[in-house]
Amino acid sequence: MKLKKGIPVIDQGDKFGFWGGKFGGNFVPETLKKPIEDLEIQFNKLKNDKKFIAERDRYFKNWIGTPTRFIKLNNLTKQIGGAQIWSKVVSDANGGAHKIYNATVHCLLAKRSGKKVIIGDTGAGYAGKMLSMAAKKFGLKCKIFMGAKDIKRQQPNVKAMKKNGADVIPVYSGSQTLVDAVSECMRFWVANCDTTAMCVGSTVGPAIFVRICGWSTSQISRELKVQLINEFGEVPKKIKLYNCVGGGSSSFGFWNEFMDYDKKQVEFIGVEAGGPAKSKRHAAPLTYGSKIGILHGAAQYVNQDSDGQIEETESISAGLDYPGISPLHCFLKDTKRARYTAASDEEALKAYQIVTKYENLRPSLEPSHAFSVAIKEAKKFSKNTIVIINSCGDAYKDRGILEKKLGKKYVKSN
Amino acid sequence: MLNPISLAFKKAKNEKRPALLTYTVAGDSSKKQSLEILKAISNYADILEVGVPHNTPVADGGQIQTSSYRAIKNGIKMNDIFKIVKDFKTSKNSKPIILMGYYNMIFQYGENNFLKKCKKSGVNGLIVVDLPWPENKIFSKKCKKNSINFIQLLSPTTSNERLKSITKDSHDMIYYISMLSTTGGKLKVSPNKILANYNKIKKINPNKNCVIGFGITEKTISNFKNTDGLVVGSQICKEITRCLNNRQNPVINVSKMVSKLRKKIS
Repeated sequence: MKLKKGIPVIDQGDKFGFWGGKFGGNFVPETLKKPIEDLEIQFNKLKNDKKFIAERDRYFKNWIGTPTRFIKLNNLTKQIGGAQIWSKVVSDANGGAHKIYNATVHCLLAKRSGKKVIIGDTGAGYAGKMLSMAAKKFGLKCKIFMGAKDIKRQQPNVKAMKKNGADVIPVYSGSQTLVDAVSECMRFWVANCDTTAMCVGSTVGPAIFVRICGWSTSQISRELKVQLINEFGEVPKKIKLYNCVGGGSSSFGFWNEFMDYDKKQVEFIGVEAGGPAKSKRHAAPLTYGSKIGILHGAAQYVNQDSDGQIEETESISAGLDYPGISPLHCFLKDTKRARYTAASDEEALKAYQIVTKYENLRPSLEPSHAFSVAIKEAKKFSKNTIVIINSCGDAYKDRGILEKKLGKKYVKSN
Repeated sequence: MLNPISLAFKKAKNEKRPALLTYTVAGDSSKKQSLEILKAISNYADILEVGVPHNTPVADGGQIQTSSYRAIKNGIKMNDIFKIVKDFKTSKNSKPIILMGYYNMIFQYGENNFLKKCKKSGVNGLIVVDLPWPENKIFSKKCKKNSINFIQLLSPTTSNERLKSITKDSHDMIYYISMLSTTGGKLKVSPNKILANYNKIKKINPNKNCVIGFGITEKTISNFKNTDGLVVGSQICKEITRCLNNRQNPVINVSKMVSKLRKKIS
């Protein structure tokens, strides 16, 4: 299995949508073949259309507020000792997370194809919140499918969705988390694909959704490359890019522009959710060697039993609480372009405490996983190593959990 | 010699009625009971679809999901399902069996192993909901080699070109999904429109047995008397759930329901 240079990774799949011959694909009911094909034709045309790209960039700039900041975490660097620690503050984006890029692009596509309704899944609530914002902006009706358990633990985002006029539909089947929300959303699409557009909230699902999402979030690394050159005069000799990985949309977007660099120069480190330290359950299929299986239309490494039933996951962070992982990340793992590891719930909380103690930055529980590993490893690196963590979400949505786990003082200034 | 599935269609045709196909989930509500239900409804149905429960189904509505979760919760495993089929096949009045499920279960078992086991236990056909054409070409050929019918699905969104290609690659039976819906949806399209699409498919190749599924219930079934076959699934699963909730015997009640369905198309 080989990563090709000079071709965007999203376009490296074969004619059936498989990366590396085995990850991804289109394991969908016959009914969805046509709407997926329509979307493929539309996207393949528009992604090279200058007018469409200009339109996208206009919304990204004026509405999302790109570029997001790239800042040095001076206090943390001093405190840890070792590498320089920087952060790409993607949570600056309108709405507070990277999910806005994919949501905006899907709404632009839906509008062009004349669809009046857009549906989406959500775990932490960010994908849903952003889709509800974008739908409102573009005059589309919006329905968000969300696990009943997640609705309870991510109330601030649920309120935001409702405020934006979206229907939030609780999903009570299975584990009542993201995996069930995605299934329910796909089922709704099966029944309504003639009038309704679907936005999959991460780089998962049938191949076209993986590609659209990866294309959208790549905005993050496009900005970062410019910012690096502005800051250092060039892309520095030793960079480490840390990002949490649930479905894998923010990490893929954070890395994409640097794909062709040697990994000795630009290393990618994906941090999965290891779950509670004492529990056997986790949401880290790459770290713990899960087998390839099919989930939500795509072949990928996924937590499952020997029969092929998808296993329940456990993580403090709803956004990472997913048994599978993007086919793109399976591909990056097997081609050894990226390295994957996991942080436990406790480690993520600890990292959140450290970051908020020294810096004016409040990463949500998802990027706190990435901070945890970055902080641990930065100690061992030389001063000229540039460690960059994608702070892809804001902790405002987590205040209930943080208050319960750490006490009131950690949420006061939110 | 005709294979058992074609034979079942032929028999129904001789009686001037569509074949009746039922769908129940293996292991719902227990291994033993699902076998008893199969045996009981076998008196009235012509072909039995046996659902392989999966916990992340992308095309099943609420009724079948409920049945599937119940079966999984009660510990059903792939090997138990083969055992149920085998036990059923050795009973009297046994009818052709079609396993219906999602590809991951086959993928984890290994395609070749799975087919070997199907043959051994007496499975006659397979419906794999999330393995569409042309992705299913290789697997469908493997099925044919093992004398197992791979049943292609068609839907209202299938283009004319696809209809032709899929029909060409199909075996003895084709499954037409009546409308845009998950299983168990209310029939939201007029029967005439469904029949028009059905006839379009029959015109491509009149020799393929084409069944209609999704939205077929006691109420709607008599609209489709002039077809090759009809599938009732969600209504049966719903009846099992109702019986369990009311502490009634699902075997008796489901069998009554299937007998009624049969009368409506006879």
